[in-house]
Amino acid sequence: MIIPHPLLGPRDAAEFVYLGDACLIDRPDWKANDALEKFHDYGYMRDNPPGDHQELWFHEQGDRSWLVVTRNVTTHEISKVELARDVARARGRDK
Amino acid sequence: MTQINRVAGGQIDRSQELKFRFNGKWMRGHPGDTLASALMANGQQLVGRSFKYHRPRGIFTAGPEEPNALVQLRDGPHREPNTRATMVELHENLWATSQNHRGSLEFDLLAINDWFSPFLSAGFYYKTFMWPRAFWERIYEPIIRAAAGLGRLSMEEDPDTYDKGFMHCDILVIGSGPAGLMAALTAGRSGARVILADEDFRMGGRLNSETFEIDGMSAADWATQALEELSGMDNVRLMKRTAVYGAYDHGIYGALERKTDHLKTNDGSPRHVLWRIYSQRAILAAGATERPIAFADNDRPGIMLAGAVRTYVNRFGVAPGQEVAVFTNNDDGWRTAQDLVSKGVHVPAVIDTRDIAAPLKLPDTRVFMGTAVKGAVGKKSLRAVGLTNEQVVSCDALAVSGGWNPNVHLTCHQRGRPVWRDDIRAFVPGKDLPVGMSVAGATQGSMTLAAALKDGADVAKTVLQDIGRTPAEASVPKAEDEASNGAAFWHVDSGKKRAWLDLQNDVTVKDVKIANAEGFRSIELLKRYTTLGMATDQGKTSNIAGLAVLAEEAGKTIPEVGTTIFRPPYTPVPIGAFAGRSRGKDFRPYRLTPSHKWASENGASFVEVGNWLRAEWYVQPGEKGWRDSVDREARMTRQSVGICDVTTLGKIDIQGRDAGTFLDKVYSNTFSTLPVGKVRYGLMLREDGICYDDGTTARLGERHFVMTTTTANAVLVYRRLEFARQCLWPNMDVHLISTTDGWAQFAVAGPKARDLLRKVVDSEHDLSNEAFPFMACGHVSVCGGMPARLFRISFSGELAYEIAVPSRYGNSMIRVLMQAGEEFNAVPYGTEALGVMRIEKGHCTGNELNGQTTAHAIGAGKMVSQKKECIGNVLSQRPALIDENTERLVGLRPVDREKALIAGSHFIAKGDPVEMSHDQGWMTSVAYSPNLGHSVGLGFIKRGHERLGEVIRAVSPIHETEMDVEIVSPHFIDPEGTRLRG
Repeated sequence: MIIPHPLLGPRDAAEFVYLGDACLIDRPDWKANDALEKFHDYGYMRDNPPGDHQELWFHEQGDRSWLVVTRNVTTHEISKVELARDVARARGRDK
Repeated sequence: MTQINRVAGGQIDRSQELKFRFNGKWMRGHPGDTLASALMANGQQLVGRSFKYHRPRGIFTAGPEEPNALVQLRDGPHREPNTRATMVELHENLWATSQNHRGSLEFDLLAINDWFSPFLSAGFYYKTFMWPRAFWERIYEPIIRAAAGLGRLSMEEDPDTYDKGFMHCDILVIGSGPAGLMAALTAGRSGARVILADEDFRMGGRLNSETFEIDGMSAADWATQALEELSGMDNVRLMKRTAVYGAYDHGIYGALERKTDHLKTNDGSPRHVLWRIYSQRAILAAGATERPIAFADNDRPGIMLAGAVRTYVNRFGVAPGQEVAVFTNNDDGWRTAQDLVSKGVHVPAVIDTRDIAAPLKLPDTRVFMGTAVKGAVGKKSLRAVGLTNEQVVSCDALAVSGGWNPNVHLTCHQRGRPVWRDDIRAFVPGKDLPVGMSVAGATQGSMTLAAALKDGADVAKTVLQDIGRTPAEASVPKAEDEASNGAAFWHVDSGKKRAWLDLQNDVTVKDVKIANAEGFRSIELLKRYTTLGMATDQGKTSNIAGLAVLAEEAGKTIPEVGTTIFRPPYTPVPIGAFAGRSRGKDFRPYRLTPSHKWASENGASFVEVGNWLRAEWYVQPGEKGWRDSVDREARMTRQSVGICDVTTLGKIDIQGRDAGTFLDKVYSNTFSTLPVGKVRYGLMLREDGICYDDGTTARLGERHFVMTTTTANAVLVYRRLEFARQCLWPNMDVHLISTTDGWAQFAVAGPKARDLLRKVVDSEHDLSNEAFPFMACGHVSVCGGMPARLFRISFSGELAYEIAVPSRYGNSMIRVLMQAGEEFNAVPYGTEALGVMRIEKGHCTGNELNGQTTAHAIGAGKMVSQKKECIGNVLSQRPALIDENTERLVGLRPVDREKALIAGSHFIAKGDPVEMSHDQGWMTSVAYSPNLGHSVGLGFIKRGHERLGEVIRAVSPIHETEMDVEIVSPHFIDPEGTRLRG
């Protein structure tokens, strides 16, 4: 696969390390009353629909940025690639 | 033997003769021959034995689809089994043998299998060898495996080298037949970067095999001219002997280039290159493969595909026999007859299944319309064929044409499904092609020459426009649309005799019928039950006929039955090519520590730790085994001083206003409160609450920390910190860089460590216990002004320091340290002594932190702060993970001190049976302690911390050992820690 890096252009997937679904950005509030349950879901529960997934990829053999890659898991079509930091900020992490 | 079957013409160099050996017999051929064409020229019809029944077999095709003529090339370690003779380029002294026979090829002892064929049909093994069950593995399977199978491996290391390469292009054209050449010409003339790849050693595809005319010249001459034009273009790369074997995501293609197989010797240069080709667009012009018609004993040597016969006659100047009959269901077979006759080969008969007027008149050839071949006479070579009208035609070869199947393989590599086209009675690529792929020529069903040429040009134009290029004006050369007029005709009723569908796997029409009758009706099940379409040829000549028979039996149409799709590779790719240079010691890169040179000069034995080579011990003269060295190193370190290269531990430089807060989040314990100039042990958890990694982190400045990780997890921890920084807390002011390779670091441990370091560290730095106590750190200088970092940390439990200098000074530093240590009898110690001392001290490593243990289990439960947010602290509090009854870390020693503990032993109470339900824990690490004079161990045992002094059985059913062990504190040496604080 080729991942179009937002800063570095098209890069071979071999330069990257895959982590998992981008929902890992949405780490629950540790102080919430139901934190144990929320962290359980955060750690173990994933949707796995056919079609588009948002995935976390780390450009380990490159600029060491974490990316959020929108990839269709049935066709491998990559429709969007963003810096994970931008996504995290947009999702309101660490306001 | 003379070349009795040579006829005039062909693209071979008759001015030169090549000698080669087949089954020990010397034969002759010419440059331009394949092994198959040369064998044919020498009249060698019998070339192998079949997979299951050991039936005599001959050459069936002229290309990569060959199911029969599999031979072994070369001998000794260079031996290569299962090579298709049709793809082997002849060279001087080529050495080939037939395979899959016991005794000689002519008198194969296992040919007896053919007599038992009524018992060996589809599903035979599954039904027969079921009882007794234990016999399968020990008796049935070895016998079957010895009898079946194809060639034999040399069982020696492959002496050849293989390379990998990467290429980029605008347009990759796969196949250099009429469509491929036109596509490459059109794209090349328009300035696009083009790669034209073809599996053959001569480009041109079927143009070399046919007698058509293009622009008034012979097809082969036109191909030569086109290739000359292409080779003159800087933007075009021609790759012959290159099989594009796989279509991968986003325009990436795998290709195997055979570099030296056609040479007498490769002189050590790479045999194959495995290419990864990145293309914007690809044009698949892979042509089509002819299919046979099944009839009784249609596997006899001498029976072959009609298109292959044209290839042999026209390209190689060789005829398959002296009397070649033709059996066809279309006009193509008639062209074979015509080409044979024009070369002076007698064609005794053309047998055509169609009940129409003969399309051609040939003198001396009998014509049977509306007739089929019913059976073959002859065993090791064909003698005659019997027809459905009960006539018999004498012949020593038969050309069979059942129509053509487009080579859709690469279009399926991303789950594309071919669709049936009734007009050409074949599957063509569907709409769901791999991204960026277009299909041209026969592969997409343009089955005639003129159509293929036009198609190639048209597809290239569209593709060029797609990528924003203006196609150059080009006229399509003039050629004729040859007639085909095929009719569906798949097999002739063979009565009680067997009619072969898949020659490579010995699958007959009857086998498919059995599968259908027994309910294996899905095409995928049929394949697995009968093995139809498996092995090196992947059913290139058999799949569709098998489908047709199944459809007929099931009373369905072929598209209703469906088709199997194809996976990479299109043709076999040697494992060696996938490995490339990554084999043996180069399997993966290795890293050397800064003291490596010094260590190898001083008797070090090295061990792989991750990618690193670390000294495991240093052998001194007179030491008889590794234990002598390790015992000495551990003892001397505790008595005086030892030095160990600890550079391999991961080092991560962490800087920024929020560096302390950031560390609080990634470690379970608190670091923001750590004073400048101090080091703290840190424990990292996974988000699920299990221990992840540990190490020490030093605060060198208000905004500057240096973290160490375990050697094994250096990369993973760095990755995870970047995740935390970018994804979880993206607004923190903190920056990370790995400095593992930047600093050479040495542990200096033992009661004389301070004395030694005082000689190395510049005197303005006060190393007294008061000024630089346990867990102190700071910048120092050594050897008169060299900047260094000093950490007072201890893994051994002794008074110890770690000193770090920039890596390029590491080699000097180890020499300076050892020289300064001479007066103290300083020893270098390796990873084994390091391990002994850490077990003596009760420190955990990967054996204990194995991805299953909690902080609670290693007695560090209190380190997991619940007062701050950190990775893992929420889930670490799940009840099962902090249950008081779970395993806890303890020390263990044998009650009989002479005995050696065994790692991996499980703890069972006295009197309890050795069963999982009575398992109380296990031994994680053991070592002989030279300082205590007996074996010591660490382990996990239920409620261990409350059971000190108890004796329990340590049982290892694997080693068949059992011994009584005493549960003790894990701190065998200096439990109060006075040494490290001294």
